Amino acid sequence: MIPAETADIKIFTPQADEAPPLDASGPIGWIRQNLFNGRLNTVLTVAALLLLAKTVPPLLSWAFFKATWASNAACDAAREGACWGFVVEKFRVLMVGIYPEQYLWRPAVFFGLLAAVVIVTLFRLVNARTLAILWFSLPLPVFWVLNGGMGLAYVDQSLWGGLMLSLCLAVVGILFSLPFGVLLALGRRSEMATVKAICVGIIELIRGVPLITILFMASVMLPLFLPEGMTINNLLRVQIGVIMFSSAYIAEVVRGGLQAIPPGQMEAAVSTGLTKWQATRLIILPQALKHVIPSIIGRCVALFKDTSLVIIVGLLDFLGMIKASTQDPEWLGHEAEAYVFCALVYWLICFSISRYGRSIEKNNAW
Amino acid sequence: MKHTLLSFAKEQGRTLFMQFLVMGGILWFCHLLFANTQANLEARNIASGFGFLAYEAGMPISDALLPYTPANSYGYAFFIGVTNTLYVSMISIVLATLVGVLVGVARVSSNWLVARLAEIYVEVFRNIPLLLILFFTYGVVLTALPSPRQSLHWGAGFFLNNRGIYFPKLMPENGFLMIPVAFLIGIIAAVIIHRKATKRRKETGRSLPSVRIGLALTFGLPLLTALILGMPMAWELPALKGFNFKGGGVIRPEFCALLIGLVLYTAAFIGENVRSGIQSVAKGQLDAAHALGLPGGLIMRRVVLPQALRVTIPATTNDYASLVKNSSLAVAIGYPDMVSVGGTIIGQNDQAIEIIVMWMAVYLFINLVISLVMNWLNARVQLIGR
Repeated sequence: MIPAETADIKIFTPQADEAPPLDASGPIGWIRQNLFNGRLNTVLTVAALLLLAKTVPPLLSWAFFKATWASNAACDAAREGACWGFVVEKFRVLMVGIYPEQYLWRPAVFFGLLAAVVIVTLFRLVNARTLAILWFSLPLPVFWVLNGGMGLAYVDQSLWGGLMLSLCLAVVGILFSLPFGVLLALGRRSEMATVKAICVGIIELIRGVPLITILFMASVMLPLFLPEGMTINNLLRVQIGVIMFSSAYIAEVVRGGLQAIPPGQMEAAVSTGLTKWQATRLIILPQALKHVIPSIIGRCVALFKDTSLVIIVGLLDFLGMIKASTQDPEWLGHEAEAYVFCALVYWLICFSISRYGRSIEKNNAW
Repeated sequence: MKHTLLSFAKEQGRTLFMQFLVMGGILWFCHLLFANTQANLEARNIASGFGFLAYEAGMPISDALLPYTPANSYGYAFFIGVTNTLYVSMISIVLATLVGVLVGVARVSSNWLVARLAEIYVEVFRNIPLLLILFFTYGVVLTALPSPRQSLHWGAGFFLNNRGIYFPKLMPENGFLMIPVAFLIGIIAAVIIHRKATKRRKETGRSLPSVRIGLALTFGLPLLTALILGMPMAWELPALKGFNFKGGGVIRPEFCALLIGLVLYTAAFIGENVRSGIQSVAKGQLDAAHALGLPGGLIMRRVVLPQALRVTIPATTNDYASLVKNSSLAVAIGYPDMVSVGGTIIGQNDQAIEIIVMWMAVYLFINLVISLVMNWLNARVQLIGR
């Protein structure tokens, strides 16, 4: 009897001690903690390292070690690496398109003016009000210098192109769409049913269709809307399309800002004797716009990328010039260099703008 | 009292007057546009109205999901374009979601290297234009592929060359229809079982491996049917004839480029939505899940992701809508989507207004459907656990 019962007795045997935690300090500890903690992470790290080993060295050797900066003939001899001579040779058309060579100083002035305003913005050299005035007055001298008139020779707008054109379309697009966007956003929140309906209709229609259809509309349909004898050139038509497109998106951004303002602000403003319009202009809008500056900067990035679509309605912006120059019979087979350069420029501009937007968002610096 | 009433009436009157003014202005503007357009169309000898849709199109479409010949009408050609837009958009949405979720999860990974790689991916693809990605894929990556004669061969009738990906095509034989029917029945059965299992779990706490059973049903039933019917199908293999492949199915490079571009570009945005969703989950939730002793994968699947979805879905709705709109860039690389086909029609008969109206109507409709579906999904997700 007794032996049967002893079989059920469980004898306590302690488990082996767990190993002490691994040293988490120093570079080796860091690597252990961040790269090889656990089986899955070890596998992932090894896979990532393999991927990097497979892709990075060939890319580096193509872009730097085996690349040449020489002109075409030398480049064809050594077809192993990139041929940056292509970019050097095409640099002028990529930047300004086929803008007449004797007037090259004018695009230079454009880039200089833009750079100056950007620097003023980045380093906050002036207060917000002056900054706004600076930006909004920018298109006027730019248009005069690029287009001509008042003492300068005219340069036809069909000759504009390259990065200059992309920047023009984006900057003018954002600047002009701001007031329209604010009006549409206010209209959308209006108490007047017809105004509200019209604004909602415009915003949702534009946001619901691709930019290409709007560009087609601006390029093909707009001339049909105009009275006889009145014509506007393709660049202006496309610019109008870009402004319309951007306005709808800005309107939604601004609406978000307006909604963030508590209704008490309006009530307080009206009770101090301001009219509704005055209250909107002096109390509501300044606060709402301040809220949405990061989102507006986000729209700048999106619009700058979107201007690349104008190639489809026949304008040669930066991407358009890149594509056109790859088809130069003297420089065939340099698509990779062209597109990599193009990506680099777009990326630098867009990434800097979004970083700037993020820094504003973080520091709440307005 | 009287005074306030009077001023109230005044205010009302002024608002009404303003609205009439706005309406009048808009009507007058529309009338002006209409009159101008009429005059311009007459002066340029352009017909108006949708009558042209019945005319013979006479243009080839390289990639059609349905049988199409140039003898078909313009209306049908446009419809083929619409199906192509929907086709590429749907596949891209599915793939971009998969890649996007992976990227988003990788962004918050505890593995430093994986997190940095995902960050680089996101920052690169969010900051270059989609059109550039399309040109690069179409003009550099896909043209670097070998010619049909030197095709990469993966065995079993799969070929990759610069004319596309060739694969064996399914040729249905007698009784083939039963297989998709079985597939459908399998899906319905899986849904019913899942519902029953959920109900039982809520009532009794006992769970069934309903997902596994469902998957087995969905794929097992058609397979079983096929076996019973003795495989009522044949495979048509692609074969090199002259300079190109004949027979079999083909995915053209235009489609591939568009798909790759849309997926890579949109996945970067969806990845950011997923990341911010995951980071929005309160840290206490994670601590609690750890304290319960749940393993890492289960914490992600059952605790973090369901809550992250509440933040992720609304933002992703916008990205899906953008993806469908961005598919219109097909026109730049020659994939015959609705914008591309419509553009050709405009080139042939100058009836731009009608085509643009049709484009806008279709896109607006698609966007409406997307937001309806996603709102429904969003409502469901928001309810979970509340």
